[in-house]
Amino acid sequence: MSSPSEPKKTGLLETYSYDDQIVRMFVIATMIWGAIAMLVGVTIAFQMATWKMNFGLQWITFGRLRPLHTNAAIFAFCGNAIFAGIYYSHQRLLKTRLFSDALSRIHFWGWQAIIISAALTLPFGITRGKEYAELEWPITIAITFIWVVFAVNFFGTLIRRRERHIYVAIWFYIATIVTVAVLHIVNGLSLPVTWTKSYSVYSGVQDALVQWWYGHNAVAFFLTTPFLGLMYYFVPKAANRPVYSYRLSVIHFWSLVFIYIWAGPHHLLYTTLPEWVQTLGMVFSIALWAPSWGGMVNGLLTLRGVWGKVRTDPVLKFMALALTFYGMSTFEGPLLSIKSVNSIGHFTDWIPGHVHAGTIGWNYLIIAGILYYLVKKLWNTEIYSLKIANTQFWLATIGLALYYLSMVTAGITQSLMWRAIDSTGKLVYPNFIETVVKIIPMYWVRAFGGTFVLISFLLMVYNLVKTMKQGSVGKEEVYEAYALDASSLEKNAAPHRKLEGLPMVFAVLSLIAILVGSAIEIVPSILSSQYVVKIDSVKPYTPLELLGRDLYIREGCYLCHSQQVRPMVHEVLRYGKNSEAGEFIYDHPFQWGSKRTGPDLARVGGKYPNMWHYRHMINPRDVTPQSIMPNYKWLVDQKIVYATLEKKLSAMKQLGVPYSKEDIETGVVKAKEQAQVIAADLMTSGVPKEIEDKEMIALIAYLQRIGVDYGSLPAEKTAGE
Amino acid sequence: MEVITILIPIAILLALAFIVGFIWMTVKGQYDDLETPAMRILLEETDNTIKKEKK
Repeated sequence: MSSPSEPKKTGLLETYSYDDQIVRMFVIATMIWGAIAMLVGVTIAFQMATWKMNFGLQWITFGRLRPLHTNAAIFAFCGNAIFAGIYYSHQRLLKTRLFSDALSRIHFWGWQAIIISAALTLPFGITRGKEYAELEWPITIAITFIWVVFAVNFFGTLIRRRERHIYVAIWFYIATIVTVAVLHIVNGLSLPVTWTKSYSVYSGVQDALVQWWYGHNAVAFFLTTPFLGLMYYFVPKAANRPVYSYRLSVIHFWSLVFIYIWAGPHHLLYTTLPEWVQTLGMVFSIALWAPSWGGMVNGLLTLRGVWGKVRTDPVLKFMALALTFYGMSTFEGPLLSIKSVNSIGHFTDWIPGHVHAGTIGWNYLIIAGILYYLVKKLWNTEIYSLKIANTQFWLATIGLALYYLSMVTAGITQSLMWRAIDSTGKLVYPNFIETVVKIIPMYWVRAFGGTFVLISFLLMVYNLVKTMKQGSVGKEEVYEAYALDASSLEKNAAPHRKLEGLPMVFAVLSLIAILVGSAIEIVPSILSSQYVVKIDSVKPYTPLELLGRDLYIREGCYLCHSQQVRPMVHEVLRYGKNSEAGEFIYDHPFQWGSKRTGPDLARVGGKYPNMWHYRHMINPRDVTPQSIMPNYKWLVDQKIVYATLEKKLSAMKQLGVPYSKEDIETGVVKAKEQAQVIAADLMTSGVPKEIEDKEMIALIAYLQRIGVDYGSLPAEKTAGE
Repeated sequence: MEVITILIPIAILLALAFIVGFIWMTVKGQYDDLETPAMRILLEETDNTIKKEKK
């Protein structure tokens, strides 16, 4: 077979130019959204250090802002950076203009519109209640559409390429596009109730499994593979040296994409997920060590011989540090996936620490390198100030170190306090709040570390804007290259080129189509059968409890409270019987959470009187001194919305929750009856009668129900290992 | 848990797609030369193509 780069070309000599304007647009969007994402991040970091930073405003309370931070950081900041980097390198690697200028613009403006709609819904509590997949169904569909636009534009460009060989970077891009589409669609399946409310089609354990299969792979295929592709283009370009080993990059790619998809269950270790699935996830996570480090080594060794340049060139400097942090995070990730390590790290601040070593250390820093490179090239100038870039570099590094070290310290400290048992078999720190107060200083350190990172980012924005101002965009250059045809293949005739490219577009589109179709067909049918061991005493929520549950989701309670008692002695001592899979079959979506800033709530039902919850929601410090939970005063002002209750109950019925026709029709009446009972109880303690139709009542109804059906059964078996 | 009956096939499907992709690319000669692709990306347009003035 002839080498792809053989020079005897006989094809048509064609002229072409690059669409660099679209890259500039994505570069600017990256700068704007990055600043906003980090600003929100710093805000919520201070909210954890002091509850007063919630200002008593529901729209900016932690539970509402945290999804905004994660979505902005992942999809707005990293997303726009990915598109900028891919569109720049894709054209150059393939010697062709992007498939369609119009599609590029639809992609750009569509994506920005999605981000804005996220910013306009999440603060209002419009959420699906699944981490990193919070956006409600119309936005979820819009994301799918724009992603397909991106895919068509990307693969269309690939068809029109003038370079036979597809460089390894592009393989990472392809894996990203295909896998993100699949993950997004499978996890996004939900049954709409209104324009702003839907329920996940999965429930309980199933929902958890799908969610973390998605959640982990969002990290893998949105924050890792595209950036590895970009690394394979921009690091060699910036260093002006070929990648250390092209062979290794090929092995790196195929092993990474094959292994990553299986690692999700490591987010659910010690939960009610079947043991074998947990083990599977753990084993594949550990296996990820090899390809991850292969990639890091390949990137760092590309810099051999140019270390002098790394000291002075900001582009290389940021990339070298990013690769180092990538190596660190991908070492720590598998470590945390080992069950015994996970039992300590899970639910603690170690996890946000780990996540930010990846997102700040790897994503932000490599984006910084790419942005400096792109702005230099696309505005035909040199970086405005190396001094500012240097200051940015050190501020980001110190900020991240403060962030990471404080969070690991906080996480391990708190975890050890949770599990401390004295010689009489009792918890040493039975009051959860003791373990919170202990780590508040660490929350302050984290908040200031985050502030450093934010300032470093703003410095870069300033530096880049100045660079753009001193440079000029210039005219589009026109280049010439030979079209791909017979001469670059061995024997094939010219028309083959078209045929060769087209199937790829169809492959992606049909894959998406097949998956959507089959999922929609299969999911409801298999949902009706419940292989999860059924617990007879577990019954569906009452209508009022269901409304309360929606409020629980709206306020983002799951972001600080888990609902999963792991089978460990200290957890059973602290919370009660360990959770069983059968308890969650009516939970659309599941609310197990991933972090315990506050205590687990899986057994909170019946633990406190209604009045305790009432006082606690208005001001947590009335019942738990030193609590860092925000006040939820608006719950006593806002009325319960009964109007959509019937629709909600029918939707649940469609999803397999056994509500009878009568249950649905009498839903509102029954809900109001239950509300009166709770209100009457509160009124005996002096609460005014107006509380009856307020949201507080519904939330209390739900809280008092959590875990009761199974948890209050006689403890014939106590868990523990 | 039944959802595993969807997730595993999808994961296998994806993994298979990647394997097929790998075989396809190998057959296509993408990996016949593991030296020059790394060098080629370093060439700028001005080096390996004819740059023309915009009309």
